[in-house]
Amino acid sequence: MKINKTKRQNSHMQEIWRKLKINKVAMASLIVIIIILFVAAFGTYLAPYHFAEQNYDKVLQYPNKIHLFGTDNFGRDIFSRILYGCKYTVFIGFGATILAAAFGIVLGLLAAYYKKLDNLIMRIMDVFIGMPGMTLLILIIAVLGTDIKIMVLAIAISYTPTFARVTRGAALSVINQEYIEACVAIGANSWRILFKHVLPNSLAPVIVQFTLTAGLSILLGASLSFVGMGVQQPIPEWGLMVSDGRSYLRSDWYMSIIPGLAIILVTTALNYIGDGIRDALDPRLNK
Amino acid sequence: MSKYFLNRFISMIFVLLAAIILVFTLMEFSPGDPVRLMMGEGATEMELAALREKLGLERSYFERLGSFIWGMVHGNLGESYRSSIPVFDEIISRYPITLKLTFGSVLLGIIIGVPVGIISATKQYSIFDRIFTGISLFGVSAPSFWIAMLLVLIFSVKLGWFPPTGTYSFEYWVLPVATMGLQTSASIMRMTRSSILEVVRQDYIRTARAKGQSEQKIIWKHILPNALIPILTTIGINICSFLGGSVLVETVFAMPGIGKYILDCVNFKDYPCVLGGIVWISLNCVVVTFIIDMLYAVVDPRIKSAYVSKKTQVSKPTQAESGERSQNA
Repeated sequence: MKINKTKRQNSHMQEIWRKLKINKVAMASLIVIIIILFVAAFGTYLAPYHFAEQNYDKVLQYPNKIHLFGTDNFGRDIFSRILYGCKYTVFIGFGATILAAAFGIVLGLLAAYYKKLDNLIMRIMDVFIGMPGMTLLILIIAVLGTDIKIMVLAIAISYTPTFARVTRGAALSVINQEYIEACVAIGANSWRILFKHVLPNSLAPVIVQFTLTAGLSILLGASLSFVGMGVQQPIPEWGLMVSDGRSYLRSDWYMSIIPGLAIILVTTALNYIGDGIRDALDPRLNK
Repeated sequence: MSKYFLNRFISMIFVLLAAIILVFTLMEFSPGDPVRLMMGEGATEMELAALREKLGLERSYFERLGSFIWGMVHGNLGESYRSSIPVFDEIISRYPITLKLTFGSVLLGIIIGVPVGIISATKQYSIFDRIFTGISLFGVSAPSFWIAMLLVLIFSVKLGWFPPTGTYSFEYWVLPVATMGLQTSASIMRMTRSSILEVVRQDYIRTARAKGQSEQKIIWKHILPNALIPILTTIGINICSFLGGSVLVETVFAMPGIGKYILDCVNFKDYPCVLGGIVWISLNCVVVTFIIDMLYAVVDPRIKSAYVSKKTQVSKPTQAESGERSQNA
């Protein structure tokens, strides 16, 4: 007897992935991000020179065969510094975003599920959103001090409200579904309902927000280092490298322009992926 | 209208008050004794106590918070530890620079961003659309300080058209305004495009087309008014963050604006000035949010009607709710 197997339907996430695969730009961006993550992990071994290795015979050399991106005012190889610096950018961008997402998801779920907490949580988030991002960061850093970990925490705090809001919005529509009612009916506890049932089903917009926020966090981190409130010398953070090159803009433009391009490469790729996932999520763009 | 106005006004006061308490409380936890910082290491306990008394630091947290809010209502944001000049005076002297920079760049952003966004959306997937969505994505991905330096490199160093730093005459403003304006236009363009694409799919647009209305009329009369709310939100967010001082652009172009001022205060651990400065920025921000909220009601009558009769309740987006994409960096 032949068993009639019904074809298993693709899950929501598989469906998104299927649509995302068609988007060539998003796929190229994904490859860029994978390479960036690889460089962040192994940049130390890939770099031809040490990031702090000074060579006063070779200061301010234009990009050439030995020094691909040239050398800076201390004769340090810019290419090696960019490879080294990659891990800081990844740490700031993804570290802050993971933290912000973690805080935001918990707050958003609580606000969506417990009506009594909703107003309180969201009004507090409003206060944070009311302040421009850079101002909030400067305030937190003024209080806690300049350090890369504090900077990551500060960036995370400033993006928490966005995640809380996105999660709350997505969760509110899930909570009204019948299967959640069924969970309540069979006596599942609130945490189980929230994290096993509501969260996985409201994750899609959070993922879009994640990629976009990672890009914004990298920009904010670089900006803070640029004004001297983030990563300190001699760490080759890309924003700091752009700042280092400021005095040499007239003669040795590559010193600041090239690290800036590195930042743009990562943020653009993240934004393309974010846009790609958003398009994949849009049922009206069904292909 | 008045009920809506009142509602938003009360919410504005609430958010401002909460922001003040938040900033004030955070500053309480900042490490280091400001009095010792002011007097230096050599000061005796007697001198420190005298200065504490003079600055009113002996009082309790609530007393100081109360007197700060009371002072703020009377236009007094405290005195700088460094220079003993009232923080309010320092801010007001820098305010024109920040205002010019803000409105110049937001205006430029609107002039470029809105039309390009409209054309991009109405000709979706055309060459024009692809090129400009690419450029605008680059615009929101690039750090503003990098764009600023690139413009200086091209237009100041190589071509010599505009001076690189200063605020003396019109030419000095071109590059800073262009930097911030181009980035603003990128974010406004992206929002305009996606918002219009959202509206274009609505049934009433199909109906308008079916009636045989001209494309121009459909865009200006049916699409744009309905797509305006998220665009207004983006503009509001930009004004708000620029009024807070654009530290990065001010740093590159050596402009003495509010952003640079607060940054200096942080570096010198001049707490009254940090506190005053940030509260001033929050004040600006809530006022801008309030104005944008009022504009919502003008653009979309449904918003204020929600406050008129209970029967026709519709969800009322506030500035923060209808736009999730913050443009901070």
